[in-house]
Amino acid sequence: MTIPEDLLYTKDHEWVNIDADKATMGITDFAQNSLGDITFIDLPKIGIQVKQSEWCATVESVKAASDVYAPLSGEVLKVNTELSSHPEMVNKSAYEAGWFAVIKIADLTEKNKLMNFLQYKEYIESLSK
Amino acid sequence: MNESLVLAETPLIDKHKELAAKLAPFGGWLMPIQYSGIIEEHNWVRQNAGLFDICHMGEFIIEADLAKSNFSHLVTVNLENMPPGACRYGFMLNEQGGIIDDLVVYKIGDAEWMVVVNAATTNDDFAYLQRNLKGATRLENISQSSGKLDLQGPLSAEVLAALAGPGIKELRYYTFGYFDLLGKKIIISRTGYTGELGFELYMPNDKITGLWGKLLNDQRVKPIGLGARDTLRLEMGYSLYGQDIDRNTTPLEAGLKHFIDWDKEFNGKASLLKQEESGALRKMICFIADSRRSPRHNYRIIHKGQDIGTVTSGSFSPSLGSGIGMGYVSCEVSPGEQVTLCENTISINAKVTSKPFYKCGSAKLGEIK
Repeated sequence: MTIPEDLLYTKDHEWVNIDADKATMGITDFAQNSLGDITFIDLPKIGIQVKQSEWCATVESVKAASDVYAPLSGEVLKVNTELSSHPEMVNKSAYEAGWFAVIKIADLTEKNKLMNFLQYKEYIESLSK
Repeated sequence: MNESLVLAETPLIDKHKELAAKLAPFGGWLMPIQYSGIIEEHNWVRQNAGLFDICHMGEFIIEADLAKSNFSHLVTVNLENMPPGACRYGFMLNEQGGIIDDLVVYKIGDAEWMVVVNAATTNDDFAYLQRNLKGATRLENISQSSGKLDLQGPLSAEVLAALAGPGIKELRYYTFGYFDLLGKKIIISRTGYTGELGFELYMPNDKITGLWGKLLNDQRVKPIGLGARDTLRLEMGYSLYGQDIDRNTTPLEAGLKHFIDWDKEFNGKASLLKQEESGALRKMICFIADSRRSPRHNYRIIHKGQDIGTVTSGSFSPSLGSGIGMGYVSCEVSPGEQVTLCENTISINAKVTSKPFYKCGSAKLGEIK
C-alpha cells in the first residue's frame, strides 16, 4: 500500500496536496484497492463551494457507489475531466493521474484535522486488525 | 469482525488465500469475491475459460417413486418425462406461488435425482423436502461431503476434454455425463450461470483441491470470484435468488414463466394460474443506463414522473461498458421506453430493454467441435 510522505490524509481515505492556497485532492491507494475496479466518477462542478468532510464526489466500482468527502473547504477550481472516460486511472495511479479536483483553500487551519502519512499509516493498520 | 467465525469454508479456502483473493461472506460461507479484479476476470470468462469455486451450493440425492413420493408435486420441473442424463432448471414454490428456491434437477438413475440448490437456502430446502416427501423415499443431503467447480468460457470444452476425454464435447446444453477424473467417476454437466459455454463438475470434497490445481495448470484457465460471477449472470439477465427472486415473488412476476411445465401438477400452480388470469401485479424489467453510472439494489424506478418500482440487481456491465440492471415495476413498460433510476441525489437515465443484455454468449452453441 503506497502512502506518499508529502501528502495529508482523512479518515475517509482522501489525500490532499497543499501548495500555497491551493489543494489537489483524490482518494488513497488503500481506498482504490478496497473499492476494486472503478467504473464511474461523479466530480463536483467547477466553481461550487465544498465543505470539509462533506460530499464532493461519488466513486462507483463494479460492486457499489461510495461518497468522497472534501478534505478541506473551498471553491472547486479544477476537476480531472480525464476521469469521466478513464475512471480506471484512479486504480492505476491514485496519487497522480487519478487526482480528482483542485480546491482554493478557504481556511488553512482546517489542515490540523488531517493526518500526516505516519498517522494515516497507523490508522489503516488499525483498520485491518 | 466475529461474523467470520461462524462462516463455513470450502475445501479451497487456503488456495484462495494463496492467490490473495478478496474474501467476503456469501450465503453463510466465506467466499472469494475477486482475484485479479472483477472486470479482468469477467472478460477472461467471456474470452477464455474461468474456474469458479462453487462448493457452497447445496446438493441433495432423492430416490423416489414418483407415483407415491409427492416429489413431483414439490418442483415445477417435469420429472416424469425426464430422460436419464438430463438436467432441468425450475423452482420449488409455496402455496402462493412464491419461490422457495430455484434449482437444477439431474436425473441420475431410473428413479434417482440430484437436486442442486442455492447455498443460503440449503438447510431450509432440505427441511421442506423432508416435511413433504412421502412414502419410502430416500432423501440425502450430500452438501457437506460434495463439492462443485464451474468451468465456464468458450475454451472450457477444449480444456476439459484434455483432462476428461473427448466425450466432453458430445455433451449437449443441459445434459450431463459421468467422466473419469483423478481416478474417480464424477458428474459433469454442460450448464452454468455465465451465458458462456461451460460445465459444472460435481465431486467428493477430497477431490476438489486436486482438480482445482489441475485445471489451473492450464494457461487458458484463471480463477474467477463471485464478483465476476455476478456481473456475468446479470449481463445474461439471470435471476439471483435472495436478490431478484424470493418467497414473495412468483416466476410470473420474475419473467421466468417459460421454465414452468404447465402440463403437470405442482405446489403453487393454482396461485400462478390465478395470477396469470388477473395479470401479475409486478413485472421484472431490464434496463441499460445511458452512461457508465450503474443502478444499484433498492434504487427507485421512475417512469413519466411516477415511482413505479424498485431495482433488484444493478451493476456496471464490463461487456457493454455501461450500467445495467433489473427490477420490478407495477405497470406495463415496453422495451425502448425511458426510465430513471434514483436514490437521494443520484439519478440515472436508462432505457428499458429485453434480456439478455449480452447477446454473444457461447452457452448454447450447437455441437462443440
